[in-house]
Amino acid sequence: MTDVETRPAIVPDFGDDEETDRKLVIICSKGNLDMAYPGLILANSALGEGIQVDLFFTFWGFDMITKDRQTKLKFSPVGNTAMHLPVGGRMPQWLSPFPGMTWVATKMMKKQIDDLGVPPVDEFLDQIVASGGRLWACRMSADMQKLTMADLRDDVEDIITAADFMDLSEGAQTLFI
Amino acid sequence: MSTTMLAGREIHVDGEGFLTEYDEWDESLALELATQIGVEMTPEHWDVIRFLRSDFAQTGQTATTRRVQAVGGVPVKQQFALFPKKPGKKMSYIAGLPKPAGCV
Repeated sequence: MTDVETRPAIVPDFGDDEETDRKLVIICSKGNLDMAYPGLILANSALGEGIQVDLFFTFWGFDMITKDRQTKLKFSPVGNTAMHLPVGGRMPQWLSPFPGMTWVATKMMKKQIDDLGVPPVDEFLDQIVASGGRLWACRMSADMQKLTMADLRDDVEDIITAADFMDLSEGAQTLFI
Repeated sequence: MSTTMLAGREIHVDGEGFLTEYDEWDESLALELATQIGVEMTPEHWDVIRFLRSDFAQTGQTATTRRVQAVGGVPVKQQFALFPKKPGKKMSYIAGLPKPAGCV
């Protein structure tokens, strides 16, 4: 007697034979370090599952793709009541706007991200593009901030309008972050 | 627990077909696993698979695509070319390891 069951070869179905049209569009609208990551992580995971991904950067999200800003994203504890201290307890709200707090909080968060083996924003975008993801910039945000393609990462496909975005996102699952 | 017959031997697998006894793996089995999912092994494929095995032996975890690039030295773009569409899962399947647990 045995509790082991022998069957014909069991092979995982990676879905290669199915033509999937699953598409994900992620709108990245934030320029804070903590809010840059949700979109990057989801984009990277989706690409690793064979899902087509387009990232659309708008408003403060522009800092993620602007050459001289993408490595300087900051995290501020101001207004964040979920900010916990390493020694336990919450950070008092009166303390968070003090000079130097943003620097300290940013440094801490960058270390935590690095400890997990998760890349900084610019390298993460390199990886997403290498995996087949495409980056798009918002026309109105570019005009407001007086930025052109020359200011953005070289792998940004184009600066596009809201109407172009409608074409881009047709039939896609869309996330606003 | 299930078993399945591959490369003329019985191996232990989970419901999807991923090996559960990592010592049952050897390179002849890897060839067979690769064939099952339509991957033709080349020296570049072997580089990735051997890195996954040695990294797993050291860390006890399956390397993610990020780690295969950062530590194994195989660019993500190449991983997608070698193991189309779902490199993370396909690499770990051929290497006889669990799917990567990390998010990145």
